[in-house]
Amino acid sequence: MKYAGLLVMPAGFFLALAALVLFPDPARRTLFVMCGLAVELMGLAVAVRGHMLARGARLP
Amino acid sequence: MNPVASAPVLSDAVFALTLALLLICPLAIAGVALINTGLGRSRSAAQVLLGNLAIVAVAAIVFTLVGASFAGTLPGVSGSAGFTFHAAGKLWNWLGKGSFLLRGLGADAPQSQLALLFEFLAVAMAAMLPWGSGADRCRLAAGCASAAVLAAFVFPLAAHWIWGGGWLAQLGVNFGLGAGFLDGGGAATVHALGGLSALAVVWIAGPRRGKFPREGLSTAIPGHSGIYVLFGCFVALVGWLAWNAAGALIWLHAPLAALPGTAINTLLSASAALAATFSVTRIRFGKPDASLCANGWLAGLVASSACAAFVSPVESIFVGLVAGIVTPLMVELLELALSIDDPSGAITVHAAAGLWGLLAAGLFAPQPGQLLAQLVGIAALLGLVLPMVYLLFALLNRIVPFRVDADGERIGMDLHELGGGAYPEFVIHRDERYR
Repeated sequence: MKYAGLLVMPAGFFLALAALVLFPDPARRTLFVMCGLAVELMGLAVAVRGHMLARGARLP
Repeated sequence: MNPVASAPVLSDAVFALTLALLLICPLAIAGVALINTGLGRSRSAAQVLLGNLAIVAVAAIVFTLVGASFAGTLPGVSGSAGFTFHAAGKLWNWLGKGSFLLRGLGADAPQSQLALLFEFLAVAMAAMLPWGSGADRCRLAAGCASAAVLAAFVFPLAAHWIWGGGWLAQLGVNFGLGAGFLDGGGAATVHALGGLSALAVVWIAGPRRGKFPREGLSTAIPGHSGIYVLFGCFVALVGWLAWNAAGALIWLHAPLAALPGTAINTLLSASAALAATFSVTRIRFGKPDASLCANGWLAGLVASSACAAFVSPVESIFVGLVAGIVTPLMVELLELALSIDDPSGAITVHAAAGLWGLLAAGLFAPQPGQLLAQLVGIAALLGLVLPMVYLLFALLNRIVPFRVDADGERIGMDLHELGGGAYPEFVIHRDERYR
């Protein structure tokens, strides 16, 4: 689960990068960059959740 | 001030002043090392401090051998700007191609030499930050190995993107986003990178034994010396004043007249952060918490690294206030809700405050589009650098295990790794949990 989260994070980055190339309009660009950041934060949340679950399973 | 004016010709006086400032900057590293040591246990104090020193040494050597070439600060005889590719009609400069082994160092432009010295200090600081988070359970060899990885590949990549004319620095030219990604004092290349690496180390090494029992709240493991921690804050301030001023001169090409304002903004940001953390901990716990206040002070300094050179004093106070309010709350959140054991608080103090500083730089910079440039830079750090560092460290952990064995953790890292404690006259009490 942690690795899944960490894989989602670069997807958010490439979304932000794509926004720069695809949208000359500043409003759309900003919106899509924000969406990219939101995807990254979701990936981070999944990675953190995965860490917590793995840690809970390892406790004696 | 308008950030990133065109690079002026460097006079002898400006060269001498910048060099003098850079020679004071190691005090920031010393301050952070003292804070890391004080926030750890007494039975690991010598190992933590020696680890900080060893990491600085390893980072400097590896950066010379490998990293400086990828950072591309010294163009060398080829004069190359770096590895580039064309996509969507734009030139993307993604990796530096500097001189190998710093050949021709003395012959390069004075501006490049100062920039290189700044990068040496920056890589040392960035590599040191994960070590504080892995305190009390990470092995010296692992600390040095992770510093080598950061100095060889990760830091040079970020430094080239942001300081070496890479694609983040070119966002202004290529996409009309303000002056490109702004990071005068290393909030991204040093603090966000180091803090996110600290998160990777904490995830891989796991928490200290006994920190999170199966039932009940997490166990408080207070730092062993409030004196080290608070004195470290004073030392760090001196270094940070020089660091931000030198960064403004080197990366933002600030005029000399902007330096007093940069120093004042740095001090104001730290002061506001301390006041905020003091108030928050006083309200939450009834009394101010010394170690959290130190973390708040440091968070204010870190946040100022991104924007001290061009924000107003009032804006600087706002930046510090936000950093100071968020710091104690996030430290609590990481420990109590997310089970992340970070003894030095680097994830909060360096990663979160660094990212906030970068965002604030976008909010308060005068050019249109600057906020979007900062957001793209933050997206690169969070979405690309963190997964990359985690992957590299996870692979490294298979070769050089990060975590010490249970016996080593029980007797303390000093005895286990160094054969003697930092405080030989003191009686070290046996930890009840291990009986």
